[in-house]
Amino acid sequence: MRLICPHCGERDRREFTYQGAAEILARPSPEVGNDDWADYLHLRENPAGETKDMWYHDPCGAWIVMHRDTVSHAVHGGELASEVRK
Amino acid sequence: MRYSGFKVFTEGLTGNKGWKPAWRDPEPKSEYDIVLIGGGGHGLSTAYYLAKNHGLTKIAVLEKGYIGGGNVGRNTTIVRANYFLPGNSEFYSHSLKLWEGLESELNYNVMHSQRGLINLCHSDGQRDAFARRGNAMINQGDDAILLDREGVRQHLPYLDFDNIRFPVYGGLLHPRGGTARHDAVAWGYARGADMRGVDLIQNCEVTGIDLEAGQVRGVRTSRGVIRAKKVAMVAAGRSGQVAAMAGMRLPIESHILQAFVTEGLKPVIHHVVSFGMGHFYISQSDKGGLVFGGDLDFYSSYAQRGNLPMKEHVMEAAMTLMPMIGKARVLRSWGGVMDMSPDGSPIIDKTHIDGLFVNCGWNYGGFKAVPASGWAYAHLIATGEPHETAKRFRLDRFRTGRGIMDEEGTGSQHNLH
Repeated sequence: MRLICPHCGERDRREFTYQGAAEILARPSPEVGNDDWADYLHLRENPAGETKDMWYHDPCGAWIVMHRDTVSHAVHGGELASEVRK
Repeated sequence: MRYSGFKVFTEGLTGNKGWKPAWRDPEPKSEYDIVLIGGGGHGLSTAYYLAKNHGLTKIAVLEKGYIGGGNVGRNTTIVRANYFLPGNSEFYSHSLKLWEGLESELNYNVMHSQRGLINLCHSDGQRDAFARRGNAMINQGDDAILLDREGVRQHLPYLDFDNIRFPVYGGLLHPRGGTARHDAVAWGYARGADMRGVDLIQNCEVTGIDLEAGQVRGVRTSRGVIRAKKVAMVAAGRSGQVAAMAGMRLPIESHILQAFVTEGLKPVIHHVVSFGMGHFYISQSDKGGLVFGGDLDFYSSYAQRGNLPMKEHVMEAAMTLMPMIGKARVLRSWGGVMDMSPDGSPIIDKTHIDGLFVNCGWNYGGFKAVPASGWAYAHLIATGEPHETAKRFRLDRFRTGRGIMDEEGTGSQHNLH
Protein backbone atom coordinates (compact mmCIF):
# COMPACT_ATOMS: atom_id res chain seq x y z
CA MET A 1 0.00 0.00 0.00
CA ARG A 2 1.49 3.33 -1.09
CA LEU A 3 -0.16 6.45 0.25
CA ILE A 4 -0.63 9.81 -1.41
CA CYS A 5 0.59 13.08 0.07
CA PRO A 6 -0.79 16.26 -1.57
CA HIS A 7 2.66 17.83 -1.32
CA CYS A 8 4.95 14.92 -2.10
CA GLY A 9 2.86 12.53 -4.22
CA GLU A 10 2.77 8.75 -3.85
CA ARG A 11 5.03 7.62 -1.02
CA ASP A 12 5.98 4.51 0.95
CA ARG A 13 3.59 3.59 3.77
CA ARG A 14 6.47 3.72 6.26
CA GLU A 15 6.72 7.49 5.85
CA PHE A 16 3.27 7.89 7.41
CA THR A 17 1.81 7.63 10.91
CA TYR A 18 -1.81 6.55 11.23
CA GLN A 19 -4.26 8.38 13.46
CA GLY A 20 -7.62 6.72 12.79
CA ALA A 21 -10.89 7.64 11.13
CA ALA A 22 -11.32 11.16 9.75
CA GLU A 23 -14.46 11.37 11.90
CA ILE A 24 -12.18 13.04 14.45
CA LEU A 25 -12.20 16.20 12.33
CA ALA A 26 -15.90 16.71 13.15
CA ARG A 27 -15.12 17.90 16.66
CA PRO A 28 -18.29 18.90 18.52
CA SER A 29 -18.58 22.19 20.34
CA PRO A 30 -17.84 22.11 24.08
CA GLU A 31 -21.51 22.84 24.85
CA VAL A 32 -23.07 19.72 23.32
CA GLY A 33 -22.72 17.62 26.46
CA ASN A 34 -21.01 14.45 27.59
CA ASP A 35 -22.94 11.95 25.47
CA ASP A 36 -22.11 13.59 22.15
CA TRP A 37 -18.51 13.95 23.24
CA ALA A 38 -18.31 10.29 24.29
CA ASP A 39 -19.73 9.28 20.91
CA TYR A 40 -17.25 11.52 19.11
CA LEU A 41 -14.29 10.10 21.00
CA HIS A 42 -15.16 6.40 20.87
CA LEU A 43 -17.82 5.36 18.34
CA ARG A 44 -16.77 4.69 14.77
CA GLU A 45 -18.44 3.97 11.43
CA ASN A 46 -15.62 1.51 10.75
CA PRO A 47 -16.58 0.96 7.11
CA ALA A 48 -15.65 -2.13 5.08
CA GLY A 49 -14.87 -0.45 1.76
CA GLU A 50 -14.39 3.24 1.04
CA THR A 51 -13.08 5.18 4.01
CA LYS A 52 -11.43 8.44 4.91
CA ASP A 53 -8.80 8.38 7.58
CA MET A 54 -6.07 10.54 9.04
CA TRP A 55 -2.40 10.07 8.23
CA TYR A 56 0.56 12.22 9.19
CA HIS A 57 3.32 12.43 6.60
CA ASP A 58 6.45 12.43 8.73
CA PRO A 59 8.91 13.93 6.20
CA CYS A 60 6.81 16.98 5.24
CA GLY A 61 4.66 17.32 8.37
CA ALA A 62 1.30 17.35 6.60
CA TRP A 63 -1.88 15.99 8.18
CA ILE A 64 -3.73 14.22 5.39
CA VAL A 65 -7.26 12.90 4.97
CA MET A 66 -6.61 9.77 2.90
CA HIS A 67 -9.32 8.38 0.62
CA ARG A 68 -8.80 4.66 0.48
CA ASP A 69 -10.50 1.26 0.52
CA THR A 70 -10.25 -0.91 3.63
CA VAL A 71 -11.04 -4.12 1.72
CA SER A 72 -8.79 -3.76 -1.36
CA HIS A 73 -6.15 -1.43 0.15
CA ALA A 74 -6.55 0.81 -2.93
CA VAL A 75 -5.53 4.42 -2.22
CA HIS A 76 -7.46 7.02 -4.23
CA GLY A 77 -5.93 10.25 -3.02
CA GLY A 78 -5.27 12.54 -0.11
CA GLU A 79 -6.35 16.03 0.88
CA LEU A 80 -4.76 18.28 3.44
CA ALA A 81 -6.70 18.11 6.70
CA SER A 82 -6.41 21.89 6.97
CA GLU A 83 -8.34 22.21 3.68
CA VAL A 84 -10.98 19.66 4.74
CA ARG A 85 -11.70 21.48 8.00
CA LYS A 86 -12.31 24.86 6.28
CA MET B 1 -21.54 -40.71 17.91
CA ARG B 2 -19.08 -40.81 20.76
CA TYR B 3 -15.42 -40.68 19.75
CA SER B 4 -12.89 -42.95 21.43
CA GLY B 5 -9.66 -44.80 20.79
CA PHE B 6 -11.67 -48.00 20.55
CA LYS B 7 -13.89 -46.40 17.89
CA VAL B 8 -10.86 -45.37 15.84
CA PHE B 9 -9.53 -48.93 16.15
CA THR B 10 -12.75 -50.67 15.09
CA GLU B 11 -13.40 -48.22 12.28
CA GLY B 12 -9.86 -48.81 11.08
CA LEU B 13 -10.59 -52.54 10.87
CA THR B 14 -13.87 -52.03 9.00
CA GLY B 15 -12.77 -49.62 6.30
CA ASN B 16 -13.75 -46.41 8.11
CA LYS B 17 -17.26 -46.69 6.72
CA GLY B 18 -19.04 -45.91 9.98
CA TRP B 19 -18.06 -42.27 10.44
CA LYS B 20 -20.90 -39.77 10.18
CA PRO B 21 -20.84 -35.98 9.68
CA ALA B 22 -20.03 -34.31 12.98
CA TRP B 23 -23.09 -32.06 12.78
CA ARG B 24 -26.33 -31.80 10.82
CA ASP B 25 -26.92 -29.28 8.03
CA PRO B 26 -30.47 -28.16 8.86
CA GLU B 27 -32.72 -25.78 6.95
CA PRO B 28 -33.42 -22.63 8.95
CA LYS B 29 -36.75 -22.65 10.76
CA SER B 30 -38.98 -19.57 10.69
CA GLU B 31 -38.63 -18.91 14.40
CA TYR B 32 -36.19 -19.49 17.26
CA ASP B 33 -35.93 -18.40 20.87
CA ILE B 34 -32.36 -17.24 20.32
CA VAL B 35 -30.48 -16.41 17.14
CA LEU B 36 -26.71 -16.01 17.30
CA ILE B 37 -25.20 -13.95 14.48
CA GLY B 38 -21.81 -15.49 13.81
CA GLY B 39 -20.68 -19.10 13.82
CA GLY B 40 -17.11 -18.53 14.93
CA GLY B 41 -15.51 -19.85 18.08
CA HIS B 42 -17.41 -17.48 20.36
CA GLY B 43 -20.78 -18.04 18.68
CA LEU B 44 -20.39 -21.80 18.80
CA SER B 45 -19.28 -21.88 22.43
CA THR B 46 -22.16 -19.56 23.33
CA ALA B 47 -24.62 -21.92 21.64
CA TYR B 48 -23.04 -24.89 23.38
CA TYR B 49 -23.30 -23.35 26.87
CA LEU B 50 -26.83 -22.03 26.24
CA ALA B 51 -27.82 -25.64 25.65
CA LYS B 52 -25.58 -27.26 28.23
CA ASN B 53 -25.75 -24.82 31.16
CA HIS B 54 -29.19 -23.32 30.64
CA GLY B 55 -31.13 -26.15 28.99
CA LEU B 56 -32.15 -24.03 25.99
CA THR B 57 -32.43 -25.68 22.59
CA LYS B 58 -34.48 -23.50 20.23
CA ILE B 59 -31.29 -21.81 19.11
CA ALA B 60 -29.83 -21.09 15.69
CA VAL B 61 -26.27 -20.09 14.89
CA LEU B 62 -26.20 -18.17 11.61
CA GLU B 63 -22.87 -18.27 9.82
CA LYS B 64 -22.38 -16.42 6.53
CA GLY B 65 -19.52 -18.70 5.50
CA TYR B 66 -18.69 -22.10 6.90
CA ILE B 67 -17.96 -23.31 10.43
CA GLY B 68 -14.30 -22.70 11.26
CA GLY B 69 -13.73 -20.42 8.27
CA GLY B 70 -13.30 -17.14 10.13
CA ASN B 71 -10.89 -15.83 12.73
CA VAL B 72 -11.17 -19.05 14.78
CA GLY B 73 -9.21 -20.72 11.98
CA ARG B 74 -6.92 -17.77 11.37
CA ASN B 75 -5.21 -17.15 14.71
CA THR B 76 -1.93 -18.31 16.21
CA THR B 77 -3.63 -20.67 18.71
CA ILE B 78 -2.17 -19.38 21.98
CA VAL B 79 -4.00 -20.13 25.21
CA ARG B 80 -2.93 -18.28 28.36
CA ALA B 81 -4.16 -16.56 31.52
CA ASN B 82 -1.46 -14.01 32.26
CA TYR B 83 -3.57 -10.88 32.59
CA PHE B 84 -3.05 -8.24 35.22
CA LEU B 85 -6.13 -6.05 35.62
CA PRO B 86 -9.22 -6.99 37.62
CA GLY B 87 -11.88 -7.77 35.04
CA ASN B 88 -9.52 -9.40 32.58
CA SER B 89 -7.74 -11.47 35.22
CA GLU B 90 -10.70 -13.47 36.53
CA PHE B 91 -12.17 -13.87 33.06
CA TYR B 92 -9.08 -15.38 31.43
CA SER B 93 -8.43 -17.46 34.52
CA HIS B 94 -11.91 -18.95 34.14
CA SER B 95 -11.24 -19.50 30.46
CA LEU B 96 -8.02 -21.41 31.10
CA LYS B 97 -9.81 -23.67 33.59
CA LEU B 98 -12.43 -24.42 30.95
CA TRP B 99 -9.67 -25.14 28.43
CA GLU B 100 -8.14 -27.65 30.84
CA GLY B 101 -11.33 -29.67 30.86
CA LEU B 102 -12.38 -29.02 27.30
CA GLU B 103 -11.41 -32.28 25.66
CA SER B 104 -13.37 -34.47 28.03
CA GLU B 105 -16.19 -31.91 28.08
CA LEU B 106 -16.54 -31.95 24.30
CA ASN B 107 -15.35 -35.53 23.68
CA TYR B 108 -13.11 -33.95 21.08
CA ASN B 109 -9.35 -33.74 20.77
CA VAL B 110 -8.56 -30.01 20.69
CA MET B 111 -4.86 -30.79 21.14
CA HIS B 112 -4.57 -28.44 24.10
CA SER B 113 -0.88 -28.40 24.91
CA GLN B 114 0.25 -26.66 28.11
CA ARG B 115 3.83 -26.35 27.02
CA GLY B 116 4.49 -23.15 28.98
CA LEU B 117 4.62 -19.55 27.85
CA ILE B 118 7.60 -17.28 28.48
CA ASN B 119 7.43 -13.49 28.20
CA LEU B 120 10.95 -12.11 27.93
CA CYS B 121 12.18 -8.94 29.60
CA HIS B 122 15.10 -6.75 28.62
CA SER B 123 15.40 -4.10 31.31
CA ASP B 124 15.11 -3.71 35.08
CA GLY B 125 11.86 -1.81 34.70
CA GLN B 126 10.32 -4.50 32.56
CA ARG B 127 11.42 -7.16 35.04
CA ASP B 128 9.78 -5.24 37.88
CA ALA B 129 6.59 -5.00 35.86
CA PHE B 130 6.72 -8.76 35.24
CA ALA B 131 7.21 -9.45 38.96
CA ARG B 132 4.09 -7.42 39.61
CA ARG B 133 2.15 -9.14 36.84
CA GLY B 134 3.29 -12.54 38.11
CA ASN B 135 2.02 -11.67 41.59
CA ALA B 136 -1.33 -10.63 40.11
CA MET B 137 -1.53 -13.97 38.29
CA ILE B 138 -0.71 -15.90 41.48
CA ASN B 139 -3.26 -13.88 43.44
CA GLN B 140 -5.82 -14.86 40.85
CA GLY B 141 -4.96 -18.50 41.50
CA ASP B 142 -2.99 -19.07 38.35
CA ASP B 143 0.68 -19.83 37.99
CA ALA B 144 3.68 -17.62 37.29
CA ILE B 145 7.40 -18.05 37.82
CA LEU B 146 9.84 -15.15 37.49
CA LEU B 147 12.94 -16.44 35.74
CA ASP B 148 16.32 -14.78 35.85
CA ARG B 149 18.66 -14.82 32.89
CA GLU B 150 20.03 -18.27 33.70
CA GLY B 151 16.53 -19.54 34.30
CA VAL B 152 15.54 -18.43 30.83
CA ARG B 153 18.68 -20.02 29.42
CA GLN B 154 17.65 -23.41 30.79
CA HIS B 155 14.40 -23.23 28.86
CA LEU B 156 15.47 -21.29 25.77
CA PRO B 157 19.21 -21.83 25.22
CA TYR B 158 18.95 -20.72 21.61
CA LEU B 159 18.16 -17.03 22.25
CA ASP B 160 20.64 -14.26 21.52
CA PHE B 161 21.15 -13.43 25.21
CA ASP B 162 23.70 -10.70 24.59
CA ASN B 163 21.95 -8.81 21.86
CA ILE B 164 23.23 -5.24 22.10
CA ARG B 165 19.84 -3.55 21.96
CA PHE B 166 17.75 -6.17 23.78
CA PRO B 167 19.91 -8.33 26.10
CA VAL B 168 17.79 -10.95 27.87
CA TYR B 169 17.35 -10.01 31.55
CA GLY B 170 14.87 -12.72 32.41
CA GLY B 171 11.33 -13.77 31.76
CA LEU B 172 7.95 -14.57 33.21
CA LEU B 173 7.08 -18.24 32.83
CA HIS B 174 3.40 -19.19 32.78
CA PRO B 175 3.60 -23.00 32.90
CA ARG B 176 -0.09 -23.57 32.16
CA GLY B 177 0.05 -21.42 29.04
CA GLY B 178 0.34 -23.09 25.67
CA THR B 179 -1.49 -23.74 22.44
CA ALA B 180 -4.45 -25.66 21.05
CA ARG B 181 -5.65 -26.81 17.67
CA HIS B 182 -7.81 -23.86 16.60
CA ASP B 183 -10.00 -25.65 14.03
CA ALA B 184 -10.73 -28.45 16.46
CA VAL B 185 -12.07 -25.97 19.02
CA ALA B 186 -14.62 -24.72 16.49
CA TRP B 187 -15.48 -28.24 15.39
CA GLY B 188 -15.73 -29.57 18.93
CA TYR B 189 -18.10 -26.84 20.06
CA ALA B 190 -20.09 -27.11 16.82
CA ARG B 191 -20.54 -30.84 17.30
CA GLY B 192 -21.42 -30.41 20.98
CA ALA B 193 -23.99 -27.70 20.26
CA ASP B 194 -25.50 -29.68 17.39
CA MET B 195 -25.82 -32.80 19.56
CA ARG B 196 -27.81 -30.72 22.06
CA GLY B 197 -30.26 -29.59 19.38
CA VAL B 198 -28.80 -26.27 18.24
CA ASP B 199 -29.27 -25.58 14.50
CA LEU B 200 -25.98 -24.58 12.90
CA ILE B 201 -26.91 -22.82 9.66
CA GLN B 202 -24.02 -22.19 7.33
CA ASN B 203 -23.97 -20.03 4.18
CA CYS B 204 -26.61 -17.87 5.82
CA GLU B 205 -25.72 -14.20 5.88
CA VAL B 206 -27.70 -11.86 8.08
CA THR B 207 -28.76 -8.85 6.00
CA GLY B 208 -30.94 -7.03 8.51
CA ILE B 209 -32.05 -6.97 12.13
CA ASP B 210 -35.77 -6.35 12.65
CA LEU B 211 -36.68 -4.02 15.47
CA GLU B 212 -40.10 -2.94 16.69
CA ALA B 213 -40.70 -0.41 19.45
CA GLY B 214 -37.24 -0.76 20.90
CA GLN B 215 -37.44 -4.54 20.89
CA VAL B 216 -35.73 -7.05 18.63
CA ARG B 217 -38.07 -9.22 16.52
CA GLY B 218 -35.70 -11.27 14.43
CA VAL B 219 -33.32 -11.13 11.51
CA ARG B 220 -33.46 -11.09 7.73
CA THR B 221 -31.01 -13.42 6.08
CA SER B 222 -29.90 -14.63 2.68
CA ARG B 223 -32.03 -17.70 3.44
CA GLY B 224 -35.20 -15.90 4.53
CA VAL B 225 -36.68 -14.12 7.51
CA ILE B 226 -36.12 -15.68 10.93
CA ARG B 227 -38.07 -14.44 13.94
CA ALA B 228 -36.40 -14.58 17.32
CA LYS B 229 -37.09 -13.49 20.88
CA LYS B 230 -33.42 -12.74 21.43
CA VAL B 231 -30.69 -11.90 18.94
CA ALA B 232 -27.05 -12.06 19.97
CA MET B 233 -24.35 -10.46 17.83
CA VAL B 234 -21.04 -12.31 18.04
CA ALA B 235 -19.24 -11.44 14.83
CA ALA B 236 -15.87 -10.06 15.92
CA GLY B 237 -14.05 -8.79 12.86
CA ARG B 238 -17.34 -7.65 11.35
CA SER B 239 -19.01 -6.33 14.50
CA GLY B 240 -19.45 -2.86 13.07
CA GLN B 241 -21.40 -4.02 10.02
CA VAL B 242 -23.67 -6.27 12.09
CA ALA B 243 -24.36 -3.57 14.70
CA ALA B 244 -25.09 -1.05 11.94
CA MET B 245 -28.09 -3.21 10.95
CA ALA B 246 -29.55 -2.34 14.34
CA GLY B 247 -28.66 1.32 13.89
CA MET B 248 -25.78 1.10 16.33
CA ARG B 249 -22.25 2.37 16.13
CA LEU B 250 -19.66 0.56 18.25
CA PRO B 251 -16.43 1.70 19.87
CA ILE B 252 -14.53 -0.54 17.47
CA GLU B 253 -12.00 -0.05 14.69
CA SER B 254 -11.06 -3.06 12.56
CA HIS B 255 -7.35 -3.58 12.12
CA ILE B 256 -5.19 -6.15 10.43
CA LEU B 257 -2.90 -8.53 12.32
CA GLN B 258 -0.54 -10.70 10.32
CA ALA B 259 0.72 -14.18 11.10
CA PHE B 260 3.29 -16.43 9.49
CA VAL B 261 4.17 -20.10 9.34
CA THR B 262 7.34 -21.78 8.13
CA GLU B 263 7.92 -25.14 6.53
CA GLY B 264 7.78 -28.08 8.93
CA LEU B 265 10.90 -28.53 11.05
CA LYS B 266 11.98 -31.00 13.70
CA PRO B 267 11.02 -29.97 17.25
CA VAL B 268 13.09 -26.93 18.13
CA ILE B 269 10.89 -24.46 20.01
CA HIS B 270 9.20 -26.16 22.92
CA HIS B 271 7.35 -23.20 24.46
CA VAL B 272 5.38 -20.19 23.44
CA VAL B 273 7.93 -17.38 23.49
CA SER B 274 6.96 -13.74 23.40
CA PHE B 275 9.35 -10.87 22.80
CA GLY B 276 7.30 -7.85 23.72
CA MET B 277 10.01 -5.28 23.03
CA GLY B 278 10.17 -6.40 19.41
CA HIS B 279 6.49 -7.22 19.07
CA PHE B 280 7.20 -10.80 18.16
CA TYR B 281 5.94 -14.14 19.44
CA ILE B 282 6.45 -17.70 18.28
CA SER B 283 5.54 -21.31 18.90
CA GLN B 284 5.95 -24.52 16.95
CA SER B 285 2.93 -26.46 15.78
CA ASP B 286 2.67 -30.21 16.23
CA LYS B 287 3.14 -30.48 12.47
CA GLY B 288 6.50 -28.74 12.86
CA GLY B 289 5.84 -25.33 11.37
CA LEU B 290 7.03 -22.30 13.30
CA VAL B 291 3.96 -20.16 13.89
CA PHE B 292 4.75 -16.55 14.61
CA GLY B 293 3.47 -13.03 14.41
CA GLY B 294 3.97 -9.47 15.47
CA ASP B 295 2.01 -6.32 15.98
CA LEU B 296 -0.88 -4.81 14.06
CA ASP B 297 -0.20 -3.15 10.72
CA PHE B 298 -1.81 -0.12 12.42
CA TYR B 299 -4.39 1.09 9.94
CA SER B 300 -8.01 0.06 9.63
CA SER B 301 -8.49 -2.80 7.20
CA TYR B 302 -10.73 -5.72 6.32
CA ALA B 303 -8.38 -7.07 3.65
CA GLN B 304 -7.26 -10.18 5.58
CA ARG B 305 -3.77 -9.57 4.29
CA GLY B 306 -1.16 -7.10 5.43
CA ASN B 307 1.56 -5.04 3.90
CA LEU B 308 5.28 -5.62 3.57
CA PRO B 309 6.62 -3.18 6.22
CA MET B 310 5.16 -5.22 9.09
CA LYS B 311 6.38 -8.47 7.54
CA GLU B 312 9.87 -7.00 7.44
CA HIS B 313 9.58 -5.82 11.04
CA VAL B 314 8.46 -9.25 12.27
CA MET B 315 11.31 -11.01 10.44
CA GLU B 316 13.80 -8.52 11.88
CA ALA B 317 12.47 -9.11 15.39
CA ALA B 318 12.75 -12.87 14.87
CA MET B 319 16.36 -12.54 13.81
CA THR B 320 17.12 -10.24 16.74
CA LEU B 321 15.77 -12.72 19.26
CA MET B 322 16.60 -16.13 17.80
CA PRO B 323 19.02 -15.98 14.88
CA MET B 324 18.91 -19.79 14.60
CA ILE B 325 15.60 -19.68 12.74
CA GLY B 326 17.01 -17.48 10.00
CA LYS B 327 17.28 -20.28 7.50
CA ALA B 328 13.73 -21.55 7.99
CA ARG B 329 11.64 -20.76 4.94
CA VAL B 330 8.32 -18.99 5.41
CA LEU B 331 5.59 -21.10 3.88
CA ARG B 332 2.70 -18.67 4.04
CA SER B 333 1.38 -15.56 5.74
CA TRP B 334 -2.09 -14.20 6.24
CA GLY B 335 -3.99 -11.52 8.08
CA GLY B 336 -6.93 -11.54 10.43
CA VAL B 337 -9.43 -8.75 10.99
CA MET B 338 -9.24 -7.58 14.60
CA ASP B 339 -12.03 -5.82 16.47
CA MET B 340 -9.96 -3.18 18.24
CA SER B 341 -11.62 -1.43 21.18
CA PRO B 342 -10.25 1.83 22.64
CA ASP B 343 -8.86 0.20 25.81
CA GLY B 344 -7.87 -3.12 24.27
CA SER B 345 -10.41 -5.14 26.27
CA PRO B 346 -13.59 -6.86 25.02
CA ILE B 347 -17.31 -6.17 25.36
CA ILE B 348 -19.99 -8.66 26.45
CA ASP B 349 -23.17 -6.77 27.25
CA LYS B 350 -26.78 -5.95 26.53
CA THR B 351 -27.56 -3.14 24.12
CA HIS B 352 -30.14 -0.36 24.49
CA ILE B 353 -32.50 -2.53 22.40
CA ASP B 354 -34.50 -5.15 24.33
CA GLY B 355 -33.41 -8.67 23.42
CA LEU B 356 -30.33 -7.58 21.46
CA PHE B 357 -26.93 -8.51 22.89
CA VAL B 358 -23.40 -7.68 21.82
CA ASN B 359 -20.15 -9.62 22.10
CA CYS B 360 -17.24 -7.91 20.34
CA GLY B 361 -13.93 -6.12 20.74
CA TRP B 362 -11.69 -9.14 21.20
CA ASN B 363 -8.71 -7.24 19.85
CA TYR B 364 -5.94 -9.76 19.17
CA GLY B 365 -6.85 -12.07 22.05
CA GLY B 366 -10.08 -13.77 21.09
CA PHE B 367 -8.96 -17.36 20.65
CA LYS B 368 -8.02 -18.16 24.25
CA ALA B 369 -11.27 -16.48 25.35
CA VAL B 370 -13.52 -18.82 23.34
CA PRO B 371 -14.68 -21.04 26.24
CA ALA B 372 -15.21 -18.31 28.85
CA SER B 373 -16.70 -15.87 26.37
CA GLY B 374 -19.32 -18.44 25.37
CA TRP B 375 -19.94 -19.31 29.02
CA ALA B 376 -20.43 -15.67 30.05
CA TYR B 377 -22.40 -14.65 26.95
CA ALA B 378 -24.74 -17.63 27.35
CA HIS B 379 -25.30 -16.61 30.97
CA LEU B 380 -26.09 -13.05 29.96
CA ILE B 381 -28.47 -14.10 27.17
CA ALA B 382 -30.25 -16.72 29.27
CA THR B 383 -30.56 -14.83 32.57
CA GLY B 384 -30.31 -11.18 31.55
CA GLU B 385 -27.55 -10.69 34.11
CA PRO B 386 -23.82 -10.51 33.38
CA HIS B 387 -21.75 -13.48 34.50
CA GLU B 388 -19.49 -12.66 37.43
CA THR B 389 -16.33 -13.27 35.39
CA ALA B 390 -17.37 -10.85 32.64
CA LYS B 391 -19.33 -8.17 34.43
CA ARG B 392 -16.69 -5.55 33.72
CA PHE B 393 -16.86 -6.03 29.94
CA ARG B 394 -19.43 -3.26 29.70
CA LEU B 395 -20.36 -1.49 26.50
CA ASP B 396 -20.82 1.85 28.30
CA ARG B 397 -17.42 2.00 30.01
CA PHE B 398 -16.06 4.39 27.40
CA ARG B 399 -19.03 6.71 27.81
CA THR B 400 -18.89 6.76 31.60
CA GLY B 401 -15.13 6.39 32.00
CA ARG B 402 -15.73 3.82 34.74
CA GLY B 403 -14.01 0.46 34.51
CA ILE B 404 -11.66 1.13 31.60
CA MET B 405 -9.37 -1.91 31.28
CA ASP B 406 -6.23 -0.67 29.59
CA GLU B 407 -4.03 -3.72 30.11
CA GLU B 408 -1.09 -2.27 28.16
CA GLY B 409 -1.23 1.08 29.93
CA THR B 410 -1.03 3.01 26.67
CA GLY B 411 -4.25 5.00 27.06
CA SER B 412 -7.88 4.45 26.25
CA GLN B 413 -8.40 5.76 22.77
CA HIS B 414 -8.49 4.30 19.30
CA ASN B 415 -5.26 3.44 17.59
CA LEU B 416 -3.23 2.93 20.76
CA HIS B 417 -3.57 -0.85 21.16
